[in-house]
Formats: sequence, C-alpha cells, structure tokens
Amino acid sequence: MKIVVCIKQVPSSNEVRLDPVTNTILRDGRQSVTNPFDTYAIEQAVQIKEQHGGEVIALSMGIPATEKLLRDAESRGVDRAMLLSDRNFAGADTLATAYTLSLGIKQLGGFDLILCGKMAVDGDTAQIGPELAENLGIPHITDICEFISITPKDIVCKKITDKGYQVLRVKLPALLTVVKNINMPRLPSIPGVLFGLSAPLEIKNAVDINADSKLIGLSGSPTQVVKTYMPERQSKANSIEGDIASQAARISQLIKEFI
Amino acid sequence: MPGLKINQEKCIGCGLCVKCCALNALRIENKTALVNDNCILCGICVDNCPSQALSIEKEDSEQTDLSKYSGIWVFAEQYKGEVLPVAYELLGKGRELAHQKGCELTALLFGKDVSAEAQKLIAYGADKVLLCEDDDLADNLDENYIELFNLLINKYNPEILLFGATGFGRSIAPRVAARVRTGLTADCTQLEIDHETGLLHQTRPAFGGNLMAIIVCPNHRPQMATVRPGIMSAQQFDNSRSGKVIPVSMPKPVAKNIELLEEVLSSEIDSIADAQIIVSAGRGIGAQKNLALVHQLAGLIGGKVGVSRPLVDIGWSEYKHQVGQTGSTVAPKLLIACGISGAIQHLAGISGAKTIIAINTDPDAPIFSIAHYKVVADCVEVLKQLISIFEKSEY
Repeated sequence: MKIVVCIKQVPSSNEVRLDPVTNTILRDGRQSVTNPFDTYAIEQAVQIKEQHGGEVIALSMGIPATEKLLRDAESRGVDRAMLLSDRNFAGADTLATAYTLSLGIKQLGGFDLILCGKMAVDGDTAQIGPELAENLGIPHITDICEFISITPKDIVCKKITDKGYQVLRVKLPALLTVVKNINMPRLPSIPGVLFGLSAPLEIKNAVDINADSKLIGLSGSPTQVVKTYMPERQSKANSIEGDIASQAARISQLIKEFI
Repeated sequence: MPGLKINQEKCIGCGLCVKCCALNALRIENKTALVNDNCILCGICVDNCPSQALSIEKEDSEQTDLSKYSGIWVFAEQYKGEVLPVAYELLGKGRELAHQKGCELTALLFGKDVSAEAQKLIAYGADKVLLCEDDDLADNLDENYIELFNLLINKYNPEILLFGATGFGRSIAPRVAARVRTGLTADCTQLEIDHETGLLHQTRPAFGGNLMAIIVCPNHRPQMATVRPGIMSAQQFDNSRSGKVIPVSMPKPVAKNIELLEEVLSSEIDSIADAQIIVSAGRGIGAQKNLALVHQLAGLIGGKVGVSRPLVDIGWSEYKHQVGQTGSTVAPKLLIACGISGAIQHLAGISGAKTIIAINTDPDAPIFSIAHYKVVADCVEVLKQLISIFEKSEY
C-alpha cells in the first residue's frame, strides 16, 4: 500500500504577547515543529506499512527549513519525502494550499491512502484534508480514531462524531484525517536517524509541479486577512469575596439562575 | 510577483517588524527593513508597522462578475430528521445580515423525512427553504451532499453560505468550498457586513485564540464561513412568519464510496460539546478522588463534567472529557471552572461560554482574565459546600 502523509510546520508555541511600550504583537515560538496532530498520522502510516507492506511518503508545503521536519519523519519510519517550496506558494490559504498539495501528490505516481492530522494547531481550520480530497476527486473521512481492518481495496475505520462514533467502510484511494491519541508516536531509532540524514527527499517548486500561478500562494487564495488584533483579556470578572461558606452561597445563587 | 513590499521612504528602520515576525523573515540593513526568502505573507508585520511602510501586494486577479450573486444561505444540519440548534442560531445571525444587505435568507434542509422541520426554519427567520428529501441523505455521509450543494450553488448563486462548525459541518463545508472554488473561514466568532465594501467580515481566533483575525473573501462567491454551536443567538420563534418551501431533487447517481456500517451514540460525547452547564476541573482539584465531587455537583445541577488536559495526561480522566483546543470546544450557558489555571489552549476551548465562574487559589491565574466571576478559594472546599447546598435545596 502506498501511503502519503501530509505534514505542516507550525510554531512551537502559540503564545502571543503585546509589547507594552510599542503596542506591537510579539510572537513567541520561533522554533518550528511538526504539527502535533500530524505526528499521529505519520505513526499510523508507518504502522499500516509495517502490517501490510508498502511505502510511506511524507509531503509538505513550506519554507526550505521544513526539510528538517521531513527528515525527522524519515527517522521515524517514513521512506521518502517531498517538499513543495517556492516563494510563490507564500500567503496561501487553505484552498491554494490544498491545490498545491494535490499537484505534489500527482507527481508521486499514484497512491492508495492519504493521511492527515485532524487539523493544524496554528490555523485550527481542519480544512486541508477535505479540500485536498476534493482536489483529487477521492472520498474523505475526518476524525478517525481507530483503524479496524485494512485490505488493498478498502478500509473499515471508526470516526468520532458529535454524537458518539460511526464505523465506516471507505473504498480506496481515500483521504482520512486522524485524531490525537489514535496511537503512540514512536521516537526515532538510531538507524532511523541515520537513514533520515540521507533518505530520499525531493524539493519541488511551482514550475516542477506544473502549478497554475493564478491558483497558488496569495494570488490563488480567495480569503484575505484584513486585520489582526489581540483579543481583550482585561479581567472584567466580578470578584466573589468572603469566607468559603459565603462564597459558596453566592455561587449557588448564580447557579440557580441557570437550572 | 505578489509579496511583502517595503516602502523604503516610509520605513524608519525601527525593527518592530523583525521583532514580531515568528519566522525571522525580516532583517534590518542600513536602517531599512528587508524581506527574506522564508516570508509566508502572514501579514502580522503589516499590522504592526508604526509607519505603514509594509504592505502585501497581490497581483490583480481578473475581476469576476459578482453582481449575479445574492442572498444568504444557512445550511440547516439535521440529525435523524431533527434540525440542530446551531441552524437556528445561524438563522438568527443570517436574519441580521439579510436585513443589512436587503436580501433573502434561505435555509437548506437536506435529509430523509425532514419536511416537517421546514416550517420551524421559517419561524426562526428563513424566507425560503430549499428542501431535498432522499434516502441517500439519511446518514449524513459527506459524499452524498457534495453534488447537491454544487448543483444548487451554481443554479441560485448565493452570496453568503453559513455552516455550523459541527463535526459534519467542518467536514462538508471545506469539501463544498473546494468544489465551487471559493474561500471558507472556519469557526467564526463574529460575522458582519462591512458598510464600505458590502463584504462579509469574518472574525475568527488564530494561534489558539491568542490573536483575532478579520477575514474577507472579496472576489469569490459564495463567501463561506462556519460558526461553532452556541456562539450566535437564535431569534424568537415566530410561527406566524410565512415563507416558501422549494423542493429540489437529489442529483443521481451518488458515489457510494463510503458505507455506514454501524453508529454508536454516546451520551457523554454528545453532552460535553452541546452541554448547557459544565463543571470542569483542572490540576487544582488536587487528588483524583476529588473528581468525584465534580461529578456529584454536575449531577445535582444537571451539568456535565469537563477536565483540562493535564488531568487526561496523567490518566485521571478520559480524553472525551477534555476541554480545550485539542479536546472539545464548548459553549455552555454556565461553566464552573474548578482549579483550572487557564492555559491558552484551554481558554481557546471555553471562550464561547456565556458565563464562567472560576474558582482558583491563585488570584493571578489566567482563567480569571476571561471569567465573569472570580472566586479565590480552594475549589475542593467550595465544591463540598456547593454539594451540601444543592443536596438540601429542592433543585
């Protein structure tokens, strides 16, 4: 089975501070890490390969430094990797990103399964999986928490829903997004790290993947950010004072307004 | 080529842009800012520049004719024939937007045996209901909906299309957006029509709720957004309202790539995201046995139990109870947060709560920054008192 895992580089922290003097937004977390949800997708792909044979390819669209994260994936059982990197990809929203990833996948010469993390922790949109599946014209299922059976033709899996869960059978090729805690991502082994250093990794730009310049990066993104601002976190809380008994009495009055 | 442009005449070389960039994509040379290759055009520096020297330039895309698009659509998600509350909330917001735009508000009702719900959608504000009833729409399988959406969007050209950010909404909305090639903004907390441009201003949290972003979709239609349950308010139910129900037929054949084998309902999972009252616990609860107090109080006041991530990580509670960015996002009417300090990821998951009572021994705990009532106390003691009050009371 040929499995493609999509990964995203995200900042190591989502902390945002306001510089008190200049009123400037300062972002922490300059260090980049693999989106935590994607680490479960990587592990799942490698486990499927170990049980059913095949190949796992990691794919990312990002700045050149993303190579480091793809090599890290290779140290954890991924066989080869492709990085889509080009200044023209910059500013992509989810539609442009999904289009770009779909072109990268078309370069790989066929696939059976695409795995993605449920969402990325910096954008939180959870849109790339379904949008990528649409670009490739394949079925998708989001929020998979368990793989029940896998054959070359189809997969039976369990999807978390708002109401409980569903057991679904999906024909391959398909795209599935996985939730946190579906498995325990492994640490790189020493041979793995050595493999990662020299493992196959292709870097492709917009021309290499035959991208339509109107559909990538900022130009290909229907959505635009007009403005960003820090939400007000000034405490407006009413303080409930007194000893425990009087505090509890006041809280109980508040609760009674709701029940 | 589009990109981040720096107006050298305006740039004063202050370096604020370098400081605020998370990717080290800017540098200062000879007292002016320069862009590195790794800029992803996130735009944070543009908002931060004190001298308006930075801008993101986009190539002029061909102007599409947007005049044929009009009307606001709300996807009225239903489950087993019953419309979800989030649909009525979206109609409440949709009504406001339709008023501002002077256009019609249409609800999309798709399912098996759902026609009885159409009048309710009208009573909650819809002018029209596009109704499609078909056996293939029974199980909320995405692939059966895509062609239907595609067909209707191309036929009626709506200007705005809203979905609830439910599990199903978050799966189908991006699929539809990619099919009709338009923009989609996830998890909006505010929607309003910009007076100048007439565009839908979509406000959403980014970076785990640390930053709010206003997003527009200027040249593509429909402008699509998802909104979490509990964020918007439904308008008053008015059964005297009249509207038009327009039946539409299901495009066939459907793909049949996905087959539902089994569905298991769990009241626990159901309840936490939709719960009206939640009692939640964090590390300040002290010991695992004290969680029983949280369950007890929740039981007494008809609430559900949530926990912060540390309690799941140390095995005191299950993932299904976890509230926060990587757990469930909740929007209850009342949230009682016991011993939760309020990590950013947790705050992101509870920001939709209407009333938050936070109990913590640390007066500087971040949870107090978004709480409505601040109680500096040992939550275990408060819980014990509350339990004894509610055990005695008739509630």
